[in-house]
Amino acid sequence: MSSESYGHAAEHAFRQHHFVNSEQQFDTSKLGMWLFLATEILMFGGLFVGFGLMQANYPEAWVAGHHHLDRIMGSINTVFLLCSSFTMVMAVHASSTNQKSKTVLNLLATLAFAGGFMVIKYFEYSHKFHEGILPGRYFSYAGGGPPEQAMFFGFYFAMTGIHGVHVLIGMILIAWLTIRAQRGEFSSAYYTPVDLIGLYWHLVDLIWIYLFPLLYLVS
Amino acid sequence: MNWLRDWMMPLAASEHAKKVDDLYIFTFWLMLAFFILIVYLTVLFPLKYKRKKEGVMTINFSHNLALELAWSVIPLILVIGLFFWGFNDYVESRVHQNDAIEVHVTANKWNWAFEYPDGSRSIKALHVPVNKPVRLILTSEDVLHAFFIPALRTKTDVIPGRYVELPFTATVAGKHQVFCAEYCGRGHSGMFAELYVDTPEQYETFLKEGPEEFKTMPLVELGKFTYNEAGCKSCHTIDGTKSEGPSFKNLWGKSEKLRDGSSVTVDESYIRESILNPTAKVVAGYEPVMPSFQGLLRDRQILGVIEYIKSLK
Amino acid sequence: MADIVATPKSQSHGDHYDVDYLNDGSLLSWLTTVDHKKLGVMYLWSILFMFFLGGVFALLVRLELMNPGQTIMTAEQYNKAFTLHGAIMVFLVIIPSIPAALGNFALPLMLGAKDVAFPRLNLLSFWIYVTGAIIATVAMVTGGVDTGWTFYTPYSTTTDGPVALMTFAAFVLGFSSILTGVNFVATVHKLRAPGMGWFKMPLFVWGIYATAIIQVLATPVLAITLLLLIFERLFGVGVFDPKLGGDPVLFQHFFWFYSHPAVYIMILPGMAIISEVIPTMSQKVFFGYKATAFSSVAIAIVSFVVWGHHMFTSGQSQLAGAIFSFLTFLVGIPSAIKVFNWITTMYKGSISLAAPMLYALMFLILFGIGGLTGIFLGTMSVDIHLHDTYFVVAHFHYVMMGSTLIAFLAGLHFWWPKMFGRMYNERAAQIAAFFVFIGFNATFLPQFLLGSRGMPRRYYDYLPEFTPLHQVSTVGSWLLGLGFVIMAGYLFASLRKKMDAPSNPWHARTLDWQTSSPPITHNFHEIPVLKQGPYDYFKPFEPSVEGYHE
Repeated sequence: MSSESYGHAAEHAFRQHHFVNSEQQFDTSKLGMWLFLATEILMFGGLFVGFGLMQANYPEAWVAGHHHLDRIMGSINTVFLLCSSFTMVMAVHASSTNQKSKTVLNLLATLAFAGGFMVIKYFEYSHKFHEGILPGRYFSYAGGGPPEQAMFFGFYFAMTGIHGVHVLIGMILIAWLTIRAQRGEFSSAYYTPVDLIGLYWHLVDLIWIYLFPLLYLVS
Repeated sequence: MNWLRDWMMPLAASEHAKKVDDLYIFTFWLMLAFFILIVYLTVLFPLKYKRKKEGVMTINFSHNLALELAWSVIPLILVIGLFFWGFNDYVESRVHQNDAIEVHVTANKWNWAFEYPDGSRSIKALHVPVNKPVRLILTSEDVLHAFFIPALRTKTDVIPGRYVELPFTATVAGKHQVFCAEYCGRGHSGMFAELYVDTPEQYETFLKEGPEEFKTMPLVELGKFTYNEAGCKSCHTIDGTKSEGPSFKNLWGKSEKLRDGSSVTVDESYIRESILNPTAKVVAGYEPVMPSFQGLLRDRQILGVIEYIKSLK
Repeated sequence: MADIVATPKSQSHGDHYDVDYLNDGSLLSWLTTVDHKKLGVMYLWSILFMFFLGGVFALLVRLELMNPGQTIMTAEQYNKAFTLHGAIMVFLVIIPSIPAALGNFALPLMLGAKDVAFPRLNLLSFWIYVTGAIIATVAMVTGGVDTGWTFYTPYSTTTDGPVALMTFAAFVLGFSSILTGVNFVATVHKLRAPGMGWFKMPLFVWGIYATAIIQVLATPVLAITLLLLIFERLFGVGVFDPKLGGDPVLFQHFFWFYSHPAVYIMILPGMAIISEVIPTMSQKVFFGYKATAFSSVAIAIVSFVVWGHHMFTSGQSQLAGAIFSFLTFLVGIPSAIKVFNWITTMYKGSISLAAPMLYALMFLILFGIGGLTGIFLGTMSVDIHLHDTYFVVAHFHYVMMGSTLIAFLAGLHFWWPKMFGRMYNERAAQIAAFFVFIGFNATFLPQFLLGSRGMPRRYYDYLPEFTPLHQVSTVGSWLLGLGFVIMAGYLFASLRKKMDAPSNPWHARTLDWQTSSPPITHNFHEIPVLKQGPYDYFKPFEPSVEGYHE
C-alpha cells in the first residue's frame, strides 16, 4: 500500500476516496459480497431446517403435497436458471475483457432466462391458486389428503416466494447493469458491479438447485 | 448457615429442594469470594496507583503465564465441578418412580385443573400425600404455561400438544404456592394454584370427600360443575333435545316409561340409582350404555347433580 | 443536532479537508451523508431518543409494581409496557448502541482509515434502522403488543394487536444490524493503516470485529424466524402451532439460536470499550492482549452453541440440557479471563479517575455481579428453580444494562470530546455516576432475592410478601432515572460551549486521538503509518500521524 496523500486525484474515476487503490476497493467489495451471501445462505438454512423437521414429522403429507407440484415446469425452471448462470459468467468475463456488446448481449440473455423462470413460476402459482392450494388456513383443495399438506404448502410458498423475490431483485440489478454496460461504464479496470451481482446471481441459482429436489422430488 | 438459606430461599419442602439449596448456598459463597476479590482489586488499584503526575511512563507488564494459567484453569475446574453437581441433582430429581401417584394437570388461560387416578378432579388446588412419590403429567390447552412450585424448587414448561412429566416427592406437609412462570397474557400473574401436601389421613379424607370447594360450593353449582366435568353433558342435554340419554330439562318429577314396560317417577332415589347403577332402570327408547359412576363421584356431588336437575325445570 | 451544527465555530483555513466534520455541510446534508462520523452521531441521537422512550416504559413498569394489585395501569397495559420496554431496549438501543453509534464513529479513526469500507451501505443501514424504528412506533401507537420481546409462540400467533407489524420492525432492524456487521468486517480486514497488523489493532476493534461476525452469522436466522412468525399470523401455516401439527418449542430453538449470540452482540462491544478505557486511563500496557483478543473471538464462536440454556425447563432431553449447561460454563471462562486482564492492567498504572474510568470501574463491579450470578443459572438443578423468575431479570439487567450500557456510557464520556470537541463538566459527571451506580444496584439487587424466593417474572400482580423488595426496587429506579437526567443536563450543556477539547485529553496512543477534536472530514491529513502498538505506555509517545503533537 502506498502512502499517497489523501484527497488528491484518483487514478480512476470509480475509486472511492477512502480506498488507497482500486485493487483494494475491488477486494473489499468482494469480501463484503461474500459476507452478504453468507447471511443469505444462513437465512435459507433456517427455512431448510424447519422444512426438514416438519418433513420428518409428517412424511405422508410431504409426499402428498409434492404430487401437486409440476416436475416438468420445475425442471424447465432449473434449466433456465442454470443457463442464466452460464450467461452471467459470460457477461462477467466479457466485461472484464472490454467486450461491450458481448457483455450487453449476455446480460440480456440472463434477463430473458430469469424472465422465463418468473413466467413459469406465475403459471405454477396461478394453477395452484385455482385449485385452492394456498398456504395454511387458506388451503381449500378439494382433493383430500393429509391435513398437514397445508403446512407443506406454507413452506412451499414461503421458500419459493422468498426465492422469487430474490430473482426479481436480481432482474432489477441485471437490468441496471445492462444499462450501465450499454453506456460503456465497465472495462477491465472496473467491472466490480458485474462481478458482484454475478456472485449474487449464482447464489440465487444455487438456492434453487437445493429447493428443486427438496420440494419437487420428495420421496 | 441456615439463617442465610431461610432468608434467601422459600421453605424447602422436599429432599430435592434441600439439595438445590445446598448447591445454591455453596455457589453463593464461592461467587461471593470471587466478587470480593474483584471489588477489592477494583477499588485498591485505582486508589493505590492514582495518577500523581501527568506524562509518566509505566512498567511493561503485559503477560505472566503463571497468573494467566491460574485464572483460566482454577475457574474452569470450579465450574466443571459445579456443572456435575447441578447436573447430577437435576437428573436425580427427574428419575421415574414406578409406584408414583399420577396426576394429570391441564393448563389453560388462566387456570390449573387436576385429575387424580380415581377420576376425581380439582381446580387450582393440588392434593398429594406427604412422602409419596408423585408424577404430574402436564399439558396445555392453549399457549405455553409453566408449572412452578418454589417450595419444591421445581418447574416445567407446559406445552400445548405435548405431555411433559414433573416428578417430585414432597416431605413437608402443609400448603405451598404454585405459580405460572411462563408468560401467558392478561391473567398470567393470577394463574395460581395451591399445593396441599396432605398427611395420610388428610389425603384419605380428600379422596373420599373431594377437594375443599366440593364441601363449600352451593349444591346447584357443584351439580353444574359435576355435570360439565364428570362427563354427564356428553349424553344428557339441558335444553330438552334428545341425545344418548334423556335431557335433564324438565326431568324432575316426570313419570318415565321404562324399557321393561313399567314406569318410574324421577325423584332423588331414582337419580341416585341411575348414577350408581345405570342399567337397572333404563328409560324406553334409550340403550343401556351409561357407565356406573360408583366411586367416581362424591356423595355431595350426587346431591349436587340432583339439585341441579331440580333447578332445570 | 441543531445545537452542534449551528455553533459558529470553525478553525478551517479555507481548505475543504481542514473543516471539522461537524461544520462541514448544511444541516440537510446530514441526512444523506456517507461520513462515518456523522452517521455515528445520528445513530447516537436516535439511540439516545429510543433509550429515553424505553426508559419511560421501564419507570412505568417499576411504578406499577410499587404495590400489589393495580397501581397505575391495567394488566393489559402492563403487559404492553414491559413488552415495549424490552423490544425497544434490545432491538433499538442495546444492539445498535455501541457498534452503530460509537463503533461507526471510532472504528475507522482507530484503524487510520478515512471511512468504513462501504460508506453508502452505512447510510442505507442507518435509514433502515430509522425505518424499523418508525414501524415499531406505528405498532406501538396502533394498539401495542403484549407478547414479550421474545415473541414466544403460540401466544404470539394467537394474541390480538399488531404483532406482525412489531415482528416486521424487528426483522427490518435485523437487516440494519447485518449490513453494519458486513461493513465492519470488511473494514477491519481491508482498511487498516500501514503497519497495523492484526495484533497491533486496538482491542476495541477486536471486540467490534467479533461482534460483527456474530451479527453477520446469527441475525439471518432471526430474520427467517420472524418471517415465519409473520407467515404464521397471516396465513396460519402452523409450523409453530400445535393445533395444526406444528411445534411451539421449535420457535424457541430458532429464536435463541439468534438471541443468545445476540446477548454477545450486546456484551462484546461493551467489553471492547472497557478494554480501551482501562489501559488508556491507567497509562498502562494492556495485560494479556492476545488472550483478550482471542477470548472475544472464542466467545463469538461458543455463543452459537449455548442457546439451549434458555430452555432447560422446555422439556428438551436431559442430554441436550447437559451439553448446553456445560458449554454455558465454558463460555464463562473467556469472560473471567477478561475481567482479570482488565484488573491486572491497572496494576502499577498511573490511574486517572475521570468520568470514563469511573464508568469502567463501575462496569467491573456490575459485570462481576452479572457474570457470577450467571453461574447459578448455568447450573441445571438451580436453574430449574430460578428460571423465569426475577433472578433472571436481575441477572440479565446486570449484564445488559449494568455492563453493556455502563460500558456505552464509559465510551460516550471517553469519545465525547473527540465527537463534539467539547469537554463536559467533570464534577457533574461524578454526581451522575454516583446516582447511576446507587440507583442501579438498588433497583436490581433486591430482584435477585425476589427471584430466589420464587417471584416469577412478567407478573403484573404479586403476593403481599414480595412488597418491600419491590418497593426498594421501584425507588431505586427513580435514583437511576435521576442519574440519567443529570447526565443529559451536563452533556447538553457542554454542547452549548465553545469547542474546548484538546485533541488528546486522555493521552491515548491509538490513532483516533491523533487527529483534531472534532476530527476533520477525512479524519487525517496524511495516511497514518503505525509507529507503535496501541498501548505502549512504557515507552515515549511516538505519533503515527505525521506532524501530530499533543
